[in-house]
Amino acid sequence: MTVAPLALPARRPRAVTADVLYREVLRAAAACVLVVVAVIVYQTARGAGPALHTYGARFLTGTEWDPVAEHFGALPYVFGTLVSSLLALALALPPCVGAAVYLSELAAPRVGEAMAFLIEMLAAVPSIVYGLWGLFVLAPWLRAGIEPWLIAHLGFLPLFQGFPFGIGMLNAVIVLAVMIAPTIISISREVLLATPGALREAALALGATRSEALGVTLRVARPGILGAVILALGRALGETMAVTMVIGNSNAMSWSLLSPSATMSSVIANEFAEATGKLHASALIEIALVLFALTVLVNAVARLLVYWTTGGRRHDAARA
Amino acid sequence: MPTRTSIMRGTRAAIALALALATGAATASAQSLTGAGATFPYPIYSKWFDSYRQKTGVEINYQSIGSGGGIQQVKAGTVDFGASDAALSDVQLKDMPRRIVHIPTVAGAVVLAYNLPGFDAKLKLTPELVTAIYLGKITTWNDKRLAAANPGASMPAAPILAVHRSDGSGTTNIFTTYLARVSGEWKQLVGAATSVSWPSGVGGKGNEGVAGLVRQTPGAIGYIELAYAKQNQLPYAQLRNHAGNFVEPTLASITAAVAGAAPLLAKDVRSPIADSPAADAYPISGLTFLLVYQEQKDPAKGKALVEFLHWAMHDGQEMAAALDYARLPEAIVAVNEKTLAGVSVGGKAGK
Repeated sequence: MTVAPLALPARRPRAVTADVLYREVLRAAAACVLVVVAVIVYQTARGAGPALHTYGARFLTGTEWDPVAEHFGALPYVFGTLVSSLLALALALPPCVGAAVYLSELAAPRVGEAMAFLIEMLAAVPSIVYGLWGLFVLAPWLRAGIEPWLIAHLGFLPLFQGFPFGIGMLNAVIVLAVMIAPTIISISREVLLATPGALREAALALGATRSEALGVTLRVARPGILGAVILALGRALGETMAVTMVIGNSNAMSWSLLSPSATMSSVIANEFAEATGKLHASALIEIALVLFALTVLVNAVARLLVYWTTGGRRHDAARA
Repeated sequence: MPTRTSIMRGTRAAIALALALATGAATASAQSLTGAGATFPYPIYSKWFDSYRQKTGVEINYQSIGSGGGIQQVKAGTVDFGASDAALSDVQLKDMPRRIVHIPTVAGAVVLAYNLPGFDAKLKLTPELVTAIYLGKITTWNDKRLAAANPGASMPAAPILAVHRSDGSGTTNIFTTYLARVSGEWKQLVGAATSVSWPSGVGGKGNEGVAGLVRQTPGAIGYIELAYAKQNQLPYAQLRNHAGNFVEPTLASITAAVAGAAPLLAKDVRSPIADSPAADAYPISGLTFLLVYQEQKDPAKGKALVEFLHWAMHDGQEMAAALDYARLPEAIVAVNEKTLAGVSVGGKAGK
């Protein structure tokens, strides 16, 4: 029996069919995602066509949403989406970054792991459960205790004027903050754990206090934390069911946190199934298009922010 | 030992035989119909379909996807009949491929449920008060106008939260039709439809959402279907009707409302029965309809559908009260019989 000589590559490795196939299949899979997104954008734009033609730019500045007279203006919903998401982020960010710092730096390792696991479980809770919690648990708390207190002590601010009904913008902001908290905490914690320990040790060795060393770590982790913020904001912008249940579904635009409001996703969820008028359905699809554009815009701005804060360098932690 | 080829051939033959038997069995068994639409009458419809299947073997499959969905599906021809709480407008009828007839099946009422802790009496409301509350003109429970309609009762000084439906629905259609009839201001400002622009208040999704908000919020008032108010044990208001009497929403007063509107319904069965003139009628009542093509293309299905509808007009009505639906008065059953006589099944008029 003769042994076949080893087939060494001559000059360049010959392309093996299996490898080529593998690569092309994976490339097709990646392209599929892009194709699906393109199809979504195309179909949404097509569905929104009649409304785009009829209302033009007035759609984004109009405040009246009247399916009977067919006057549609989406400004209250854009306002509601932006205000609820940004306020929820502002409410959630400080405690969550603090929690992430605690879990990564200060807690005993096993305690930190256990708590991190529990917090990640929170992210798995379905959003409708958060909605029910907001309606049956948070609303009575707000109605009985928190909102009357706010009205009594801070009622001179236009932010806290109105009746304490328990549902409205404030309830939605709190529910959204609780929903995005696990995202921010778990990603920030991962990023903080991934920062090289050498940096911390070097800072301490140079005489920094513990909190100054913490500051150094946070500065390095900043792009990653911003990535967590982008994801959290994305979730808050798109959140539908939980917000629909607690925000009051009124297209009144008010500076008061106690007044009911509505978001773009809540109005689509509420009205699309029964929107038999062609212009009504088209207006709702146009809202979806606006929401999509808003999400893309917010993401782009956030990525630019990440780019600038890292001084133009591409940090691996930024790819959160 | 059988070869691989012969096993494959045998398996293919067995599958083909099984399919042939299955399809043969399907055509040999009883007729089956499909319908889709309104959620409000779903409980009574599912009882009807179940009883009818036990009686005749005809299988009727119903998807409660909402009135709007029902209208779209019957237009597309994917279902044999549609169900809608709101009758089709002239524009919508023109949009249909062929002529559609409306068959009212049962009647329901929209009641004003409220949450007033400490108020034990029965709340009395007039059409002007309801309109003013929903227009945002009356904002507290101890308003003089409310006290005038409820003499002797002490109303708390709480703010009113007017709850409406955030999603499009037949319930909203019935309620706003009523408000548009009793208030010219409402008709001009807001109008009547399954989805309107509410001047004030908060919205809940579905009858359950509104009932939940009313139950949770002291000082809330909301409009929901009678069945929901009863099941959630929410107190609901008596309303002053067209004849000037304060009427409690009961199955009898709903049937009276339908009977009171019988002359109008005989002319056009889509006429709204809100604010009915009868003395003991509950003013916010509405019929729910089945939408059927006047020309049934498929003779077997058409015949089965017409027979079912006849049954629903007589035996089916007996089951309505147990499920909190108001049965149709005899006058309307007669109108329906006339309509059904005009339905042609494969070229022949139905019995």
